[in-house]
Amino acid sequence: MLDRHTVCLMKVAVCVKQIPDPALPGELDPSTNTLKRDDKLILDESDSYGVELALQLVEAAGGGSVTLVSMVPRSEVSGLRTALAMGADDAVLVSDDALAGCDALGTAKVLAAALARTEPDLVLAGVESSDGYTGTVPAQIAACMDLPAVTFAKKIEIADGAMQIERQTEDGYDDVTCPLPALVSVTAGVVEPRYPSFKGIMAAKKKPVDEVTCADLGIDPGTVGAAGSRQEIVNVVDAEAREAGEIVEDEGDGFERIVDFLSELKVI
Amino acid sequence: MGLNTIWVYAEAEGDAPSSLTLELLTKARELGEDVAAVVGGDGAAIAGALGAYGASTVYATGDLGDALPGGAAASAVIAMIEGGNTPDAILFGQTYEGRDAAARLSVKLDQPVLTNNTDVSVDGDTLVVQTPAFGGTQTVHTAFRNDGVKLAMFRPKSFEASESGGGAAEVVVVGVPEAGSAGLARVTARHAEVTSGPKLDEAAIVVSGGRGLGSADKYAMVEELAASLGAAPGASRAIVDAGWVPYSYQVGQTGKVVKPSVYIACGISGATQHLVGMKGAKHIIAINKDSEAPIFGIADLGIIGDVHKVMPSLIEALKSR
Repeated sequence: MLDRHTVCLMKVAVCVKQIPDPALPGELDPSTNTLKRDDKLILDESDSYGVELALQLVEAAGGGSVTLVSMVPRSEVSGLRTALAMGADDAVLVSDDALAGCDALGTAKVLAAALARTEPDLVLAGVESSDGYTGTVPAQIAACMDLPAVTFAKKIEIADGAMQIERQTEDGYDDVTCPLPALVSVTAGVVEPRYPSFKGIMAAKKKPVDEVTCADLGIDPGTVGAAGSRQEIVNVVDAEAREAGEIVEDEGDGFERIVDFLSELKVI
Repeated sequence: MGLNTIWVYAEAEGDAPSSLTLELLTKARELGEDVAAVVGGDGAAIAGALGAYGASTVYATGDLGDALPGGAAASAVIAMIEGGNTPDAILFGQTYEGRDAAARLSVKLDQPVLTNNTDVSVDGDTLVVQTPAFGGTQTVHTAFRNDGVKLAMFRPKSFEASESGGGAAEVVVVGVPEAGSAGLARVTARHAEVTSGPKLDEAAIVVSGGRGLGSADKYAMVEELAASLGAAPGASRAIVDAGWVPYSYQVGQTGKVVKPSVYIACGISGATQHLVGMKGAKHIIAINKDSEAPIFGIADLGIIGDVHKVMPSLIEALKSR
């Protein structure tokens, strides 16, 4: 019998989020104070970097698989299809009405349970989603799965079962070494995400998406979603708006307007 | 009613606490009777300053060697809490290490963490945090409804730091338990990216460049303009992602939050990601050729024009003064 690693050199699971199109204005549902998600969901652009990196790492390893892991309240797959069209092999989608209003910790618990089923060598995630941007979910997933976490990675290389990572810091970056299995969150720009080809888009339609519920994962629905969030939005108010300024067309004297403005402020 | 004990996750910059740490300590004094700081690393060097801003105690792990500090500090806090030393709330900065520490604590203590906050107040026996939403046009107020420790993260410059008049804090060295698999990642080298001029998040004037510059070599105009004003050079996420400048230049949600007296945005359209990081500037000047660019919605002076024409003339004019 062949060893799993002989058959499948590198198993990468990528956390992806399907979000409302950021180009459309966001809106809160006044009855629940959570983000409205009525429109079609798309793949969060910040997750496309993890998908691309996974594809490249599997290729560099000489083979393996890329599995997407995602969660939504309703069985939405359009964003997943985009990532499958890029080249991911399959997906696990946790879809459950109980997930609406889920906070970062609940999200991490659910994704960790789904990820564990895929037995990955490496879990990749974006550093933060473009709509919720808590930036804590990747490290929370790692803690749930008891994996080492290296967050804010801007470069990853894998050799002999260990990763060499460049990790962003406040004033530069650190070189970090970490064995597999592990979780890494990657910054935008770590790689250049490919555009799905026509062939990829066609192939994506037939790729398997394993849809599971909280119960399938052994998670009590009362501990996740709005029911498990243990926080309450008590109020949403308009922020103080900045007063409109003076906007002028440059007629060759634009720089003088700036000089005058700076000099009025006495900074020059 | 109210809260009793507030801990602040303290971070050092060189041999001093970060300004964000001092901001959090200042706010913590308003929230609770007893304020302590938790330091992942050697606390003795910064205990004086932490005390001056309100910490009565500094819980320090001592030298962490090549461990990632956020996770190690979290392990130390978990051990203290398991030993019966439990705060009502822990405040973190929205930083790389702050995120790591808060995320790990959240899971190990099974408590929610509320992120990206810009204000906090006590309401009865809980905390209510304020978070900007929709590009800062609305503010969401969220109350903790958990029984245990309240974990909250704050953006830089949410509060004004001021000294408490207190003396040096007492340093208590706390052990870091074996972190298990979480401790397997090790730092093998550290690299500081040297930037010219003042520090981005402390400069009185910031000049930032974006995609409108056209190409990486044109960023030199931003540096030159910044130099002529004694300003710090910054960047939008778009050109950081494109590799024109290092990540440490990035102003925005994932980069630095700046609140300078004057912010000059050159060829930046003003994506929400960017606006969140600079709309607290006292005065905003924008140069962009697209009259519809969102940056003009918050600019005090907006020049609809080509950065390649306006910036060289501006640099010239400033140099000849």
